[in-house]
Amino acid sequence: MTMDEPQIYGRLTHIFRDVFDEDSITVTPELSALDVEGWDSLTHVRLIMTVQKTFKIKFSNAEIGKLQRVGDLVKLIQERAASAR
Amino acid sequence: MNSLYADLQWLPRAPDDFSERLKSMRDAAPAFDLGTNLQSLARHALNLNQLTKLARVIDRARAERRSLDPLVPFRLAVLSNSTTDFIAPALVASAVRHGISLEVILPAYDQAAQEVLSPDSQVNRSKPDAVLLALDFRALPLTLSLGDGDASCATVAGILGYLQSLRLGIKRHTNAICIFQTFALPVETLFGSLDRVLPGTMRSLVNNVNDALSAYVRESGDILLDVSALADTVGLADWHDLQLWNLAKCSFSDQLVPLYADHVARIVAAIRGKSRKVLILDLDNTVWGGVIGDDGLEGIRVAQGDATGEAHLAVQQLALGLRDRGIVLAVCSKNSDATARLPFEKHAEMILKLNHIAVFQANWNDKATNIQAIAEELRLGLDALVFLDDNPVERGLVRRLLPQVAVPELPDDAAYYARTLAAAGYFESVAFTSEDRERAGLYQDNAKRVRLQKNIGGLEAYLISLDMTITFKPFDATGRARIVQLINKSNQYNLTTRRYTEPDVAAAECDPGVFTLQVRLADIFGDNGMISVVICRADGDRRWDIDTWLMSCRVLGRRVENMVLREILRHARAAGVRTLTGIYLPTARNALVLDHYEKLGFRRVAEEASGITRWELNVETANPPGAPMKTLSLGFRLDVAPDAVDEARREETVR
Repeated sequence: MTMDEPQIYGRLTHIFRDVFDEDSITVTPELSALDVEGWDSLTHVRLIMTVQKTFKIKFSNAEIGKLQRVGDLVKLIQERAASAR
Repeated sequence: MNSLYADLQWLPRAPDDFSERLKSMRDAAPAFDLGTNLQSLARHALNLNQLTKLARVIDRARAERRSLDPLVPFRLAVLSNSTTDFIAPALVASAVRHGISLEVILPAYDQAAQEVLSPDSQVNRSKPDAVLLALDFRALPLTLSLGDGDASCATVAGILGYLQSLRLGIKRHTNAICIFQTFALPVETLFGSLDRVLPGTMRSLVNNVNDALSAYVRESGDILLDVSALADTVGLADWHDLQLWNLAKCSFSDQLVPLYADHVARIVAAIRGKSRKVLILDLDNTVWGGVIGDDGLEGIRVAQGDATGEAHLAVQQLALGLRDRGIVLAVCSKNSDATARLPFEKHAEMILKLNHIAVFQANWNDKATNIQAIAEELRLGLDALVFLDDNPVERGLVRRLLPQVAVPELPDDAAYYARTLAAAGYFESVAFTSEDRERAGLYQDNAKRVRLQKNIGGLEAYLISLDMTITFKPFDATGRARIVQLINKSNQYNLTTRRYTEPDVAAAECDPGVFTLQVRLADIFGDNGMISVVICRADGDRRWDIDTWLMSCRVLGRRVENMVLREILRHARAAGVRTLTGIYLPTARNALVLDHYEKLGFRRVAEEASGITRWELNVETANPPGAPMKTLSLGFRLDVAPDAVDEARREETVR
């Protein structure tokens, strides 16, 4: 599965809107938990689980712990997709 | 992960515009029937995010004091040693599916004992209708005592004492019903298989606790949710998601939350008396393989040793088992009554007999009307009924016209029909009474037919929603094999039952004195393939005689025959034909089309003692009503120049 960045951001925007139940969210590399209302630790878990399921990949908890901004998440998705190929 | 369970495959898929629909309900005027509409949305297979959104609308409606009728209120306190924040909204939304407006009381993480023992705790003050002890094995003092039977007995007794003390605390301060859960086994073993043999291993201890708890509940009259069996069913390795436990202390996989929540909601609905009571069975390709009207007693598949037959026998076995525990069985089939009863009376391999069936509705009316008649006869509400049918169009029709009836989706492979029905849990009960035991006997030797009231409205709208396309072509080499098969197999919707061989059909393809039609029908559920065949023969002075007209019963009730007649008339007019003649040749199996020509506006010109009737239609003035479907006519050269290929594709939409 090859996926370029715009595609990943597009799918992530869809996931964010679904998880946070907020249609105005547009996902950018700099977006972080500080910017989104309701992005607490539990919603974060639901977000990561939805990302894993949608992209059919698994992260380790160590990797999840290091995520700061959406850009980090996209990088991780790309790495995982590349190694799966 | 097994998708039947994880994705709740007995429920229809969630609509693409789920979020939009939910929002419009949230923002609707106060007079809007929120309860019913939310329930119809919740009757789809929803994932965790969708359940969470739906629960949010419920919470908001409650905060705004909007009515959630006809949903029945229920307050459930959940005590747990793990993170239940994902579970709570899933419970609220799943309960809506089962007709319950659920309020979940969720005390702080890992506070079970404090909550039940202190009289002014959040749980005790909230006066719950029930308390769910959603504990997992990690909440228990499971001290291993490898090979030591006495020590292991003491451990199990201690754990049971702890659970009982929680129950006593609940009962002391509230009137709540206590719902215990069995414990899902951890996957990891120390020895391997020996873990089951030796006392005091984790596997033995958890099994012993589950057994002791089940025995206790049977005595105490509390309720048990068998989480251990649920986890075993989906697979323990999938149930225990270690990533999620380490990350967020969730005791099982987030992907199984919708399944778990539906199981809790079933129990709550059962407590409120909302379990279903009747199973209505379609017959052809549901109770047996094949079509009794076409394949006959020898042709249907219902025997041991035959893969298809055994799949359908499994459906019968499950139905009979349900009947033995008090579920009433009924039949709803598009067939003539005598034909439908034949396998029950004459087929030696049938497990179900007529005396198991309380109401037996076999006729050619739409199934929604018949199901309503069954409900009236049994004096039960539609929400007590489950309808099992292999045909997605029939399922869609009943869901649309009678949304209170539960209609499980079925997979393509009949081998999984019985499992899917069982997985849906429609008949979940919290007790088995002597009344249940005797209920079946009340309907012994019945197999009664009930008279229909007027047809249910809304059929037309349903036909439109099917988005049907009908395709007409003359006979050709590609369609030949299927045409021959239909001509030689169709018995019921067949006016003349004339059988032709492959060379006969091939000859008709290029005979200028013969007009032929092969008809296909597609709808939102897919392509039904070739479903009708017509042969007209030029007969002297500007007359066409309909030699053969047959149709698959699968598409009955969609006015395909009207569209076929319109197509015949179009070609007849182009050929200068003035009169169309038809004949009905009665057989033991084609009473269905006795008044076929009459319904289509033909004039009866002769009736013989043998029952043969002859019919005529004036081609110029005839104008039969159409049906809501798109028409494609392909490959006819009648009225088109040979090189005008595009014009040979004619499209017409009749609404």
